[in-house]
Amino acid sequence: MTEARSSTRPSVIDARGLSLTFTTADGPVHALSNVDLTIEKGDFVSFIGPSGCGKTTLLRVIADLERQTAGTITVNGTSPEKARLDRAYGYVFQAPALYPWRSIASNVALPLEIMGLPKAERLRRVQKNLALVNLAGFEKKFPWQLSGGMQQRASIARALAVEPDLLLMDEPFGALDEIVRDHLNEQLLQLWAKTEKTVVFVTHSIPEAVYLSTKIVVMSPRPGRIHDIVESDLPRGPRPLDIRETPEFLKIAHRVREGLRAGHSYAD
Amino acid sequence: MNALLAPLRGGGVLPFLAIVAIFLAFPLPGDATSLGLSPVALGGLTASVVVAAALFLRRADALAIGLGLVASFAGAALLIDDLPDGPLPAGSPGMGQGFWFALVAVWLLAWTTVDRIAGLSPRHPVARRAADLAIPILFGVWLLILWEVLVRGLGVPSVLLPAPSAIGAKLAAETATLWADFRQTFLKSVLVGWALGCGSGFLVALLVDRVPFLKRGLLPVGNLVSALPIVGIAPIMVMWFGFDWPSKAAVVVIMTFFPMLVNTLAGLDAAGRMERDLMRTYAAGHGQELLKLRLPAAMPFVFNALKINSTLALIGAIVAEFFGTPIVGMGFRISTEVGRMAIDMVWAEIAVAALAGSLFYGAIGLVERLVTFWHPSMRR
Ligand SMILES: Nc1ncnc2c1ncn2[C@@H]1O[C@H](COP(=O)(O)OP(=O)(O)OP(=O)(O)O)[C@@H](O)[C@H]1O
Ligand SMILES: [Mg+2]
Repeated sequence: MTEARSSTRPSVIDARGLSLTFTTADGPVHALSNVDLTIEKGDFVSFIGPSGCGKTTLLRVIADLERQTAGTITVNGTSPEKARLDRAYGYVFQAPALYPWRSIASNVALPLEIMGLPKAERLRRVQKNLALVNLAGFEKKFPWQLSGGMQQRASIARALAVEPDLLLMDEPFGALDEIVRDHLNEQLLQLWAKTEKTVVFVTHSIPEAVYLSTKIVVMSPRPGRIHDIVESDLPRGPRPLDIRETPEFLKIAHRVREGLRAGHSYAD
Repeated sequence: MNALLAPLRGGGVLPFLAIVAIFLAFPLPGDATSLGLSPVALGGLTASVVVAAALFLRRADALAIGLGLVASFAGAALLIDDLPDGPLPAGSPGMGQGFWFALVAVWLLAWTTVDRIAGLSPRHPVARRAADLAIPILFGVWLLILWEVLVRGLGVPSVLLPAPSAIGAKLAAETATLWADFRQTFLKSVLVGWALGCGSGFLVALLVDRVPFLKRGLLPVGNLVSALPIVGIAPIMVMWFGFDWPSKAAVVVIMTFFPMLVNTLAGLDAAGRMERDLMRTYAAGHGQELLKLRLPAAMPFVFNALKINSTLALIGAIVAEFFGTPIVGMGFRISTEVGRMAIDMVWAEIAVAALAGSLFYGAIGLVERLVTFWHPSMRR
């Protein structure tokens, strides 16, 4: 594990002492506590950790959907708000969040309409990204006519259609079966390697995190904080699926698992 | 014995009772006047009721249903024909018990028929549509038949409740007057008032949504205005806008404005948190978010208000005409004809109002189906 990577690439996300406390009726909830994190351009970073440890919250702070209560964070060198207004990122929510009155194609086209892209370009991107998630032929269907996994894939196509440099993905493949998940993992990795995107990815699956990531952030709950950051020394770029059986892969997976265990025992 | 009772368990009670009732309809010895049917008519009626009911005990196919329809309607026609034309003479006991038993038999047969039609599940979509339509129509027709027979058979004074045939005759005879009233009240007061009230409620909701302090200032005022009694509002509107339909439309506007305002506001808040966050991640402006998310999400609420208001508007316009109006209009007609004890004309106006109101409501419902096809309550 190369802890001291030569860091010449510009940082896309830089969080220092980031904390977020929700004030609820039953008192404060410390969702994030003193998080330090740097994500460089071209990184593929996974957040992994038990349910409720603040993965979604951290992603939402990056996306300016939530405001931290202490500490600082920059996105693309500016405030998250400025980055959001610049449409610097695409966000895949934990649930599909498709609009039921729009067909699949027009759901994918929604952000493109808002960005004011011409019709031909919208059409091109819709076709391309629906094909990418294996939903070609479902353009005219409505979300409620599709299975949960198909809806989630449509929402991934919608985020990809924006063609952002930064992709924030909250358990995008959680609702998918193993085979489709493998396929989309491969596709995502290829896309990432080809386009030099930065991806921040939340998952509950250790193999998925290790297969995809250049850097794995292991989080622990109550209060949510970073327990360990594992730098992967697997080759950058497209990786064959059977890399998951190699000793290097298993070594990283082991370290992530150890981190998760330790985080768990903390909480109890 | 068991074999004999078996059909009763499968919903066979109704046809069984129908058979019992039709035999009870036969005149008892020494009671020749109880049913005025000729022996031939009574025999035919009995035979067809028994055959149809017996068929229903065994099966519920097209033949049984067709026979049930024919027998029940033929029976109803015979019984209505048997009723005296004029009012029953004072002190008359009304129709004899044979008549009522025959009515019960025919009615039970009709009930069974409708029940069996409801039980059908035709494969063909046209047949299914026909079956779906047949049930409410049969229900309505039988309501009218029972109304007719009970009112005339029991000699109910027409001031209390005229028979449907009398109302129908009035509808046919007074078409010109009814049409003029309909045009004045419905096509002018109701439609204009409804459109203005709903439209302004909707626009003000958009404004209130944009300017939060209005919510605190305007909602209580709107609430207050909508709580004002119509009997107080209507005369004031007459003073403001004159005797003709604009004052009635103004009453309708006041009645319909607030339901639309409140419903639209609720609808604009109906979009979920994640759907809104999505718009935020696109850095969508207020107008874009409104147009592409919050208004579509609000449509089920808006249509709810449109439907509620269609009924309110009709009531409002008719009642408002009680407080000064030119000599035309449904409310005007009702109030004057009540004064002249011409109750059948009042009922004719009520029939027109009911029909217009239902069609209006139904038309809004149709548009709603097209617009909110995606809503869980509309999906098929
Ligand atoms: N809007 C909110 N108000 C109050 N508490 C919140 C809010 N959002 C999240 N929390 C709390 O913050 C904590 C972290 O939540 P978060 O959604 O980030 O967890 P997570 O790691 O994404 O979990 P999961 O894996 O189940 O998605 C939880 O305890 C949650 O109850
Ligand atoms: Mg989460």
